[in-house]
Amino acid sequence: VVRLGPRLAEVCAEWPRSSWRPVGQARRPLSTSERVPRICIVGSGPAGFYTAQHLLKHHKLARVDIYEKLPVPFGLVRFGVAPDHPEVKNVINTFTQTAQSDRCSYYGNVTVGKDVTVEELQQAYHAVVLSYGAEDNRILGIPGENLSGVYSARAFVGWYNGLPENRDLKPDLSSKTVLVLGQGNVALDVARILLTPLDLLRKTDITEGSLAAIASSKVKRVWLVGRRGPLQVAFTIKELREMVNLPGARPILDPADFAGLRDAIKDVPRPRKRLTELMIKTALEKPGEKEAKIWASATREWGLKFLRSPLEILPTADGKRARGIRMAVTRLEGSGESATAVPTGEVEELECGLILSSIGYRSLPLGSSVPFDRKHGIIPNHLGRVQGVPGLYCSGWVKRGPTGVIITTMNDSFDTAQSVLEDLQAGMLNVSNTKEGFESVRSILQSRGVHPVSFSDWEKIDAAEVARGQLAGKPREKIVDPQEMLQLIGH
Amino acid sequence: MITWRVPRLFRPLLNGLNIGKAQPCKVAEHSQAPATLQPERSFSSTHWLRDVPRDPSSAERVTVHFINRDGEKLTAVAKEGESLLDVVVNQNLGIDGFGACEGTLACSTCHLIFERDVFQKLDAISDEEMDMLDLAYGLSDTSRLGCQVCVKKSMDGLTVQVPMEVSDLRRQLEVGKQSKQ
Repeated sequence: VVRLGPRLAEVCAEWPRSSWRPVGQARRPLSTSERVPRICIVGSGPAGFYTAQHLLKHHKLARVDIYEKLPVPFGLVRFGVAPDHPEVKNVINTFTQTAQSDRCSYYGNVTVGKDVTVEELQQAYHAVVLSYGAEDNRILGIPGENLSGVYSARAFVGWYNGLPENRDLKPDLSSKTVLVLGQGNVALDVARILLTPLDLLRKTDITEGSLAAIASSKVKRVWLVGRRGPLQVAFTIKELREMVNLPGARPILDPADFAGLRDAIKDVPRPRKRLTELMIKTALEKPGEKEAKIWASATREWGLKFLRSPLEILPTADGKRARGIRMAVTRLEGSGESATAVPTGEVEELECGLILSSIGYRSLPLGSSVPFDRKHGIIPNHLGRVQGVPGLYCSGWVKRGPTGVIITTMNDSFDTAQSVLEDLQAGMLNVSNTKEGFESVRSILQSRGVHPVSFSDWEKIDAAEVARGQLAGKPREKIVDPQEMLQLIGH
Repeated sequence: MITWRVPRLFRPLLNGLNIGKAQPCKVAEHSQAPATLQPERSFSSTHWLRDVPRDPSSAERVTVHFINRDGEKLTAVAKEGESLLDVVVNQNLGIDGFGACEGTLACSTCHLIFERDVFQKLDAISDEEMDMLDLAYGLSDTSRLGCQVCVKKSMDGLTVQVPMEVSDLRRQLEVGKQSKQ
């Protein structure tokens, strides 16, 4: 209860409360807590942070709390982006600003769905945005998939990027030939990390453990295998260019795969055209001086195989490990992005001891209270509003599917934030019904023995990682054990 | 004015493939900030915090107009030699999500659309810029990345368009209304 001076009390008596718009400083004592939208975001990757950013910028009162199951924030920016792509990670700076702003709080080490339910969050907040991404991968669904020596690219990436759940992967890198199933940017990333000269990898934030394993790797050749043709590759030109220019490595592209392709791309949009032209040039033309030098002294190779669909992963005699793969030879029906691969009846076998399946990430359902479309692997929604559940929203890969780069997720997150802002403006989120936000959740977590990690706790972990990295000439040495992280901050 | 408090989180990996390519604009000599990424540099963001003096008597002042996604015209006075991304950042122009990778050619969020006659006079585009521009939404044939375009005296009065990024056309109007609350 606030005591008003006599003149102010008169004025307030005249004006109906609903017409008050707080102006100036945010710390006015009058009724602000009743009109403050409290919004909860589940997931602290780019989707979560961009959604938070947009909400905070375009609503002067809203308070946003970001929950994250790991102690540390940033999702795929920390655990997905390749160690040799530090520029892409610059977005962490803007996310850090958001996390440090007044009306934003970060709560790490809280698993929504286990430590606190979505329903409990909906009790505590006016709006809940699910931005928890895609933590699983698509399955090949072929025999031999579970043999030793077969890994999802997602787990492999998690391993070299220090994702706690993948720290004990111990991939067997003693095979000379590696097969990557899939021709997207993740496939190129894993190929590149396997083939990059060690003295370059050493200076990145790749984990110490994986660096040591890669240092004793016998891998000499990596194939990226796709079911369709060159015109359907999912990787983008910057990443392909990096492979073509990779020191110490030479491309193996079959000219027959590219015959007649120049004509086929005459009228396609520029991005696809330039990408295909680079492949054609690499496959068919004599290399320029720079490339010729690299290729002449290359000790490692990478290549693209097209029109091959995996049928079975073949085991060693003892039945325990992968020794090769049997693939169906396909042909294309239709053209362009919608072309499909149809088996021809022919079959091919290839020997290899390490197979990485890079056919896509996959989101998982959160619980029975959140609808989930299993066929498409997304939460059914319209413009980010979860179907049938007022006050529940989603953004990022769990909303759209697991493709796209940071800008895709940024735009998508802004869209969802826009839906929340519209609903606030239209009175659909009943902000006059006071919600306690984290204050309600705090006691729930306490009763369950869960200790959230704050953003300043993360900053301590961050500082420790950077300090350890400095000793090794790296930007940071990631801590891969969540217990170690928690001990560091005194939890 | 936002305080750009940038923690020392990340240092760029400056291997032989990356040096210099992301910073085409030379800052005037009397500027206090290092002009280009050097191999010994440890901050990924110092070039970002362009400490360009606002003293009108030093280097040329150039007026640039940005038409934001909601149609609002944002006018800035730039220094010759800054990139258009620098202008947006240094003057804290309210363009959502602009410059995510901080001018290192790792995204396309500083995508701008130019008038044709201005576009044709810009410095040639590199393969690296085109590679990223190819991923931009609303790509046009007079598109460039703002981090690669340097302000010149001849650009005084320049008007550039921030392309519509949101997927639903109806949003155009809402975005404008919301930020004016």
